Amino acid sequence: MYPYLPHTDEDINKMLKTIGVNAIDDLYSDVPELLNRDLNIPNSISEINLKRSLREKASLNDNIRDFGCFRGGGIYNHYIPSIVYQIGAKRGFLTAYTPYQAEVSQGTLQIMYEFQTMISELTGLEVSNSSMYDGATSVAEAILMAGRINKKYKTLIANTIHPEYIEVCETYLKPQEFNLEKINYDKKTGKINITDLKNKINDEISSVVIGYPNFYGIIEDIEEIREIIPKNILLIVVSNPIMLGAFQSPGKLGADIVVGEGQPLGNAPGFGGPGFGFFSSKKEFIRNMPGRIIGKTIDDNGKEGFVMILQTREQHIRREKATSNICSNHAHNALLAAVYMSIMGRTGIKEIAMQNYHKSHYLYNKLIKTEKFEPVFEGTFFNEFALKSKISIDKINKKLHEQKYFGPLNLEKITGEKNIALFCATELNTKEEIDFICSFLEGII
Amino acid sequence: MKLIFDKSMNGRTGFRIPELDVPKENIDKKYLRKELPNLPETYELEVIRHYDELEKLNHSVDKGFYPLGSCTMKYNPVLNEEIANWENFKFIHPYQEEETVQGNLQIMYELQNYLGELTGMDAVTLQPAAGAHGELTGMLIIKKYLETNGFKNKTKVIVPDSAHGTNPASAKMAGFEIVEVKSNINGTVDIEELKKIMTEDIAAIMLTNPNTLGIFEKDILEISKIAKSNNTLLYYDGANLNAIMGKVRPGDMGFDVVHLNLHKTLSTPHGMGGPGSGTVGVKEFLKDYLPKPIVEKSKEDKYFINYNIKHSIGRVRSFYGNFLVYLKAYIYILSMGSDGLKRASELAVLNANYMKKKMSEYMNMSHEGICKHEFVIDGSFLKEYGVKTLDIAKRLMDFDIHPPTVYFPLIVKEAMMIEPTETESKERLDIVIENFKTIVEEAKTNPDIIKKAPHNTKISRLNELKANKELNIKY
Repeated sequence: MYPYLPHTDEDINKMLKTIGVNAIDDLYSDVPELLNRDLNIPNSISEINLKRSLREKASLNDNIRDFGCFRGGGIYNHYIPSIVYQIGAKRGFLTAYTPYQAEVSQGTLQIMYEFQTMISELTGLEVSNSSMYDGATSVAEAILMAGRINKKYKTLIANTIHPEYIEVCETYLKPQEFNLEKINYDKKTGKINITDLKNKINDEISSVVIGYPNFYGIIEDIEEIREIIPKNILLIVVSNPIMLGAFQSPGKLGADIVVGEGQPLGNAPGFGGPGFGFFSSKKEFIRNMPGRIIGKTIDDNGKEGFVMILQTREQHIRREKATSNICSNHAHNALLAAVYMSIMGRTGIKEIAMQNYHKSHYLYNKLIKTEKFEPVFEGTFFNEFALKSKISIDKINKKLHEQKYFGPLNLEKITGEKNIALFCATELNTKEEIDFICSFLEGII
Repeated sequence: MKLIFDKSMNGRTGFRIPELDVPKENIDKKYLRKELPNLPETYELEVIRHYDELEKLNHSVDKGFYPLGSCTMKYNPVLNEEIANWENFKFIHPYQEEETVQGNLQIMYELQNYLGELTGMDAVTLQPAAGAHGELTGMLIIKKYLETNGFKNKTKVIVPDSAHGTNPASAKMAGFEIVEVKSNINGTVDIEELKKIMTEDIAAIMLTNPNTLGIFEKDILEISKIAKSNNTLLYYDGANLNAIMGKVRPGDMGFDVVHLNLHKTLSTPHGMGGPGSGTVGVKEFLKDYLPKPIVEKSKEDKYFINYNIKHSIGRVRSFYGNFLVYLKAYIYILSMGSDGLKRASELAVLNANYMKKKMSEYMNMSHEGICKHEFVIDGSFLKEYGVKTLDIAKRLMDFDIHPPTVYFPLIVKEAMMIEPTETESKERLDIVIENFKTIVEEAKTNPDIIKKAPHNTKISRLNELKANKELNIKY
């Protein structure tokens, strides 16, 4: 017997008899060639032994709870209030499916409606969907959406967007004959190079994609960029949702579509997944938006309730003519974010954003004082920043690891830039540990 | 139910952050919001109660029968959840040095191998985040392979009329044109029809087997032969793999590319519609086209992340896929083992055939004979009573049964697709079979009770037209 399978031999015999066959294999008589060997997968093991084996594997990892973490680059180490885990573990959320039948899915639907509201509040745009796979696929889908809106198939993307996001965009856009051209950044400020942007804008451009903050942590001037771009070109902003708790919302500054990785909102790093992608736009574009959208309505008795809307955009109805192929989204991760935002409230998330800003700046100033690092950019940054290192970054990280810290990201592995370290500090980094690593780094030769 | 925003009170907060312990840094006011985002101001107990109430409004596998055809709503073991919450899995940064994540990399490496063995494929990527994402990945692999090998003229993909809607949508996103092939009277691909549309420009055929009617494509070897002789690749939509684990493998049937919905077959929870995991397996000749990166093992038995894949289609998402999701599938595979996975499939098929047989006594089936793990009811026999399949679906809610998938596949009138899965007991099936019978009798004697259903849910039928016309999508 297996713990998840209820059938006794007696059950099986009765059922076979009812069906009118002698053996289970008779139910496979239409299969031309049955596998005549066992799968090369170990035989089933007990819960006790399985946990033993998994503990052993887990012990081969170091986690960023036991280790201090100064590393970001797309996934951030934020505190997750206990309540987020408790509500996320509720089986009525975990073991439910897509709300195809609204009457028995009001829990899911209301959560997604509230989530859409919260995301719109952060981004400053009128409409949001109920989540995407991750930040990278959200950007790719945003570019495709812009193409559907203005029927143009060329995009300018800042080369300060997360390099992995750009790779995903390239994968998504190429088969659709959508061209991607990169915009350079200003070596001094770390912001988008305005002259380069101006030079590359022409009638063929569908959208412009910028980061806010960008991959180096620098806050772009959205308003200035919006002014340069003609109205019919869509401005797509890739953002960090925590920053939006205190900083100006891209929607209010002129963005048409705002997307990003939602992991910082109550989701664990999880070795990179699952987090979720968030996706907002102006209301006029809603029919071109990918993914699921939840709307409010009334039932037969006039009671308020929620349903999935605009399903005619989706693949189960429009098939190859759908706005996108996205079907499953990351609803459970969106739930975690909704709980996080509910518990933080508007002042809590603002405070988190401000602490991220202050702590990372404290770290920045201290690191410069060690004289082991030099500034790279002058632009204002949020919670991460790039520094030129005078010592090998791998060596720094090795030494810091011995002290139980994960140091900066070595950008050579990500962007190819030599001796550039990307540091990050969040509300979880204490003054004590910042002081410690800085004085420790001072002593490294 | 009240929205969380209606429960908001200025000045409340559910979380206390430690006092800032570093000096404040100046910040130019122009960067800051003038008005804070309108997030709710509430406190911990209110939030707990809010979500507790919402949970009660959801049907879930833990709460009751959930025979949603094609979605495989099997039981989600709590053991998997517990382990996926261990700090040494959950709080790992994707950019940690390889030496500090050997446990995760070993799990990924082994899972790649197990999934390859389960599907009969030679190499596997764990990167895709969902089934449809896997489909897109698979189709991109096929496209790149064909382009690299001088088959640029192959621009079309054949998809059966019974296929999941994501199939044509994914193939389209990968830049292919769609050609639909009709099913024959038996519900399987019409071979003669297939031969007719098998022109030189066909890049691939996308099939699920068993198909969405729950029928095994018994001519699969012939289909494979036809495809091979035309240099057409066979793509396997793994949504229905739960019927055949350990019994027959897509790779052995002639498929070249497979995606698996780990959230279906391998028990990772659906989480209200995600996250899923749509891993993709390929035959040896397509290995170099997989998305990068992939986990490999060195001669010194160290696991590493290989970004250097010769003809890689590129990345399909950031980092390495939904690690915490496929970790659960890995745990499930080890729990069930080679023997248990096969047993799960056999019992899923047994349950479906048992229900089908018993329900055939009072309902019309779309197709006769044995099925695999799901079967489709043709609800049009209730038309004379003015009862539609949707009405039956709504009435089922009054019996605490989640409605089956309705109006899919599109080729069956008034379709209702039932998939009991292997984790339901005979006693449960017997009760459900009786519930269905009661509803069919009601349809004949008292159709009004069905047409106005559900009666026991907090919300009755919702006005979808209004929701679509008067868009109200945020507070």
